[in-house]
Amino acid sequence: MDNHILESKSVNVYYDDMHALKNISMKVEANSVTALIGPSGCGKSTFLRVFNRMNDYIEAFRMDGEVLMEGKNIYHKKMQVDELRKSIGMVFQKPNPFPKSIFENVAYGLKIQGIKDKEFIQNRVEKSLQQAALWDEVKSDLNKSALALSGGQQQRLCIARALAVEPRVLLMDEPTSALDPISTAKVEELINELKQNYTIVIVTHNMQQASRLSDYTAFFYMGDLIEFGKTEEIFRNPKVERTQNYITGRFG
Amino acid sequence: MTQLEQELKDLRIELLNMFIAVNKQLLKTEKAFFDFDKDIAYEVYNAEKRINALELKIDRDCENILALYSPVAVDLRFVLSVYKINHELERIADIAEGICKYINGLSKPFPSKAVEDVRIAEMFIQCKSMMEDVIVAFENEDTSTARKVFKKDEFLNEINEGGSANIIKNYNEQDAKSLFFLLSCVRKLERAGDLNKNIAEELIFSIESKVVKHQKKK
Repeated sequence: MDNHILESKSVNVYYDDMHALKNISMKVEANSVTALIGPSGCGKSTFLRVFNRMNDYIEAFRMDGEVLMEGKNIYHKKMQVDELRKSIGMVFQKPNPFPKSIFENVAYGLKIQGIKDKEFIQNRVEKSLQQAALWDEVKSDLNKSALALSGGQQQRLCIARALAVEPRVLLMDEPTSALDPISTAKVEELINELKQNYTIVIVTHNMQQASRLSDYTAFFYMGDLIEFGKTEEIFRNPKVERTQNYITGRFG
Repeated sequence: MTQLEQELKDLRIELLNMFIAVNKQLLKTEKAFFDFDKDIAYEVYNAEKRINALELKIDRDCENILALYSPVAVDLRFVLSVYKINHELERIADIAEGICKYINGLSKPFPSKAVEDVRIAEMFIQCKSMMEDVIVAFENEDTSTARKVFKKDEFLNEINEGGSANIIKNYNEQDAKSLFFLLSCVRKLERAGDLNKNIAEELIFSIESKVVKHQKKK
């Protein structure tokens, strides 16, 4: 994998005495979808949040090792976390729009960056909503409250909000677990289209979603990265018995 | 045990029943052939309906498992191989039925000299042995036993190659029909060998995740 954008090198994460991630080394290929799978508490969400330093807010969090984005250590003391998060956006499990209009939600990231050019903001909002496959559904009513949208629309709005600042990487933490099958299908279709321009790392509990969506899959178990490889290899013929037991549902 | 595991266990039992039923057809066909026993030949003919029904049941079970449980990795390979083996077994049963039809179509036994020359007894022995190998390989998930089939298939091919020459050598107008039927029986047993080889290849794919078909080194 030569065209990687993210890399973790011997990453260990602790929450107080709990060793949450154990010596994780892994590369994430650019313009691909990488799925992180594993049972609850295996460390996959912790690992996802390592990439945009979301764990920094947790008091008991401690980390060693290196996390690189395009070769630069994102935990370097000179790294501006706000700048990092412009490059690495995040979408959460439950849609979390702000109690503002659709337009304001998408424009929010641009405004806090200090951008004031109205035409620029307008164009970027439209582009982001189009990329998130929501434009046609909301274009006539951009001033409507985001909270009035359906769950699936709200999640696509959150994706549009993340895209508005033009990140390189999108981190998604179970982005469809709160959605119905139709909304899930729309978000999955969107992820598939977005990978042409973005690198996506997604945490999912849904094995079929991981196999449908991702190019690479990483299986975590009790803080260890058990197996990482091309998704078709992981789901056709995993090399490690523990991976096989997990994906075939023989342990939870 | 998860529901999928239970379904796969049931599917394994179903296919084993199919193996046993088809093996029985082959054993009865051999007896009908050498004893020129038309009653046994009819038995084989009548049992074919049961084999066909079993084939359809296994097809449906595979389809249900794929649709409802989305198996992956070793489970997916198992279902795919059961689906293919099921069809190969049904074709072996068709071969047994075809030979029995020839027996029923004759008024007297096959000419003994020609039967000896075409070495059909050896062909039956090899076919039965291959069938036993694939059954043992399937039951015990034992690919080394599955691999024994490949050499035996080559042996069947060798015998088959001499079939036409031996029939011509024995040709006389009176026995023409019997001799043509006999040559067809040789061809059918050779085909049964190929089908057993296909089954062995599927078992290796299922257990080892190795594709050995169309390859010289297995």
